[in-house]
Amino acid sequence: MQKTLFDKLWDQHVVDTVEGGTDVLYIDRHFIHEVTSPQAFAGLRKRGIGVARPQQTVATADHNVPTINQDQPIKEKLSRFQVDTLTQNCEEFGLELYGLGHPYQGIVHVIGPELGITRPGMTIVCGDSHTSTHGAFGCIAFGIGTSQVEQVLATQCLLQVRPKRMRITVDGTLPPGVVSKDIILYIISQLSASGGTGYFVEYAGSAIRNLSMEARMTICNMSIEMGARGGLIAPDATTFEYIKGREFAPSGKNWDDAMAYWQTLYTDEGATFDKEYVYRAEDIPPMVTYGTNPGMGIGVDQSIPAPASPSASFQKSLKYMGFEAGESLEGKPIDYVFIGSCTNSRMEDLRLVAEYVKGRRKADHVNVMVVPGSRQVRDQAKREGLDVIFREAGFDFREAGCSACLGMNEDKVPKGAYCVSTSNRNFEGRQGPGARTILASPLTAAATAISGHIIDVRTVLTPELV
Amino acid sequence: MEKFTTLTSTAVPLAIEDIDTDQIIPARFLKATTREGFGENLFRDWRYLPGDVPNPDFVLNDDTYRGQVLVAGKNFGMGSSREHAAWALFDYGFRVVISSFFADIFRGNALNNGLLPLQIDDDLLLRLQAAIKEDPELTLEVDLPQQTLTIPSLDEQVRFEVDPYKKMCMINGYDDIDFLRTKADVITAYETKRPVAVQ
Ligand code: SF4
Repeated sequence: MQKTLFDKLWDQHVVDTVEGGTDVLYIDRHFIHEVTSPQAFAGLRKRGIGVARPQQTVATADHNVPTINQDQPIKEKLSRFQVDTLTQNCEEFGLELYGLGHPYQGIVHVIGPELGITRPGMTIVCGDSHTSTHGAFGCIAFGIGTSQVEQVLATQCLLQVRPKRMRITVDGTLPPGVVSKDIILYIISQLSASGGTGYFVEYAGSAIRNLSMEARMTICNMSIEMGARGGLIAPDATTFEYIKGREFAPSGKNWDDAMAYWQTLYTDEGATFDKEYVYRAEDIPPMVTYGTNPGMGIGVDQSIPAPASPSASFQKSLKYMGFEAGESLEGKPIDYVFIGSCTNSRMEDLRLVAEYVKGRRKADHVNVMVVPGSRQVRDQAKREGLDVIFREAGFDFREAGCSACLGMNEDKVPKGAYCVSTSNRNFEGRQGPGARTILASPLTAAATAISGHIIDVRTVLTPELV
Repeated sequence: MEKFTTLTSTAVPLAIEDIDTDQIIPARFLKATTREGFGENLFRDWRYLPGDVPNPDFVLNDDTYRGQVLVAGKNFGMGSSREHAAWALFDYGFRVVISSFFADIFRGNALNNGLLPLQIDDDLLLRLQAAIKEDPELTLEVDLPQQTLTIPSLDEQVRFEVDPYKKMCMINGYDDIDFLRTKADVITAYETKRPVAVQ
């Protein structure tokens, strides 16, 4: 029988099936961080049990960490306590920790791939919804709650009901100025913030195939923003090339064995999906969001929809953002620009931003933060001299962490201020109480930082960027 | 986990659609290392005005509405995987959340914590919200073994879906770990067959 890639991977990991169809799913890799793990460790202690397979869990500190002076103790008491608790738990239960100060520290979804821990064919979970990022390598990766973190620590398995399958195909060639972030914002604007609920998505088509691994991660990262459990892309030469030689990648005979297995990981011709959508890359503009969920997105040159009878939620959302139905966002002055988060904080993102801003300076009234996704990204950016370009542009180039993606650390956007952000969520208060978030690509964010207002990058593209 | 079988209660209406987990419990309250005390900050930014003054327009500050059932708008619980959202609702005193649609991760988290996500159709949800507004004393009867929601004053009884395994867990107060630990042998046997590529 023809199978989808998702089903091949799922079937490979079913240990047992419980009455009612719930599967006991084996988990190959488990990532943990300081925010969603302490109660899970407390649970293990209460039960008097240890971690079942300590080598299969990797920990890092990312959500709460400051992004300056990381060599000094964390100032904020509760954050420090949470990070210290993670360190103690990892020691007590014998887990590898890439904590603050470690050369591998960074946002959990950035370090897994860059270290070669994330690989095709795996099941990967983490107490964090953007675990879907890892699906870019052709694995089943999804976010879980803290009770499930405890389950995986205790048993290396999870009880799961198999989701439905959706395929989203994007064919064609992206227009100049349009990047992978625009693809996913466009898809979510078409399907809405709940259009993927109950599904696991496979992204396919020539426009997806032509993306780099980092660009694919941006797409899979935001699968959760349409409600999907996760998203994946079949592995190919681009994937294998990316993994080869990384710290924890297999080598020698193990590499050959792995390759033989990985090459079986694709959706069979004729396999069926519960739902299919097809889009043309040529139709995708640079995108911005105007509301308070990621489904409320439009092309930067389009106007905010003006429904004849707007719902209360729609009105509430526009009121929060301070926007009017029917108006355009182009030209709106901006107070903050945030370039970072597990969606867009990798080398390619920073290179793209640097290429645009090189030799230019930010608008005086804009605060610009560039926060690398990991220590390794930061070190590499410095080797390439990007830190100098950012400094000369008036950007604040910081140390690795989740930063202003969510208001848990010191990096926040003030009440009422507008922030063009390369992160993944524009929920009310996400970047700080009262903060107004406009999601966009790193390129749109960079151009906005320079001009000081929201700008259609297509109008300012230089030949090198086309 | 606390057992759940049946519940008869008045309900609190919160007719907002697309309520995300950042609204249920804002990120700045996720710094705790225990499960308790989150109820205080449930819907924090809607519940309080600047200066920690209770917002008189928010339903949790309105004494007219009380009860262990939250009747929310469509598409409840999207966003982050933070289980703190389920803990906050439970800690506040809710045992059932009714909506016409739930985000997947939230649904799972709720079920793992003795909080029943009860899905009904859009039409009934709108009627129920209107009816509670009209009569705050309206009572709901939730019967998990029978999988029914009864609203006597609307003369309605509907059946709701719940995963059979999760239902068994909630009724008995078991959790997944108790169950999975009985599978240790099967898990070890599976591990001998894992492809090298994913080890
Ligand atoms: S960068 Fe943002 S979305 Fe990503 S893991 Fe951190 S807080 Fe979550």
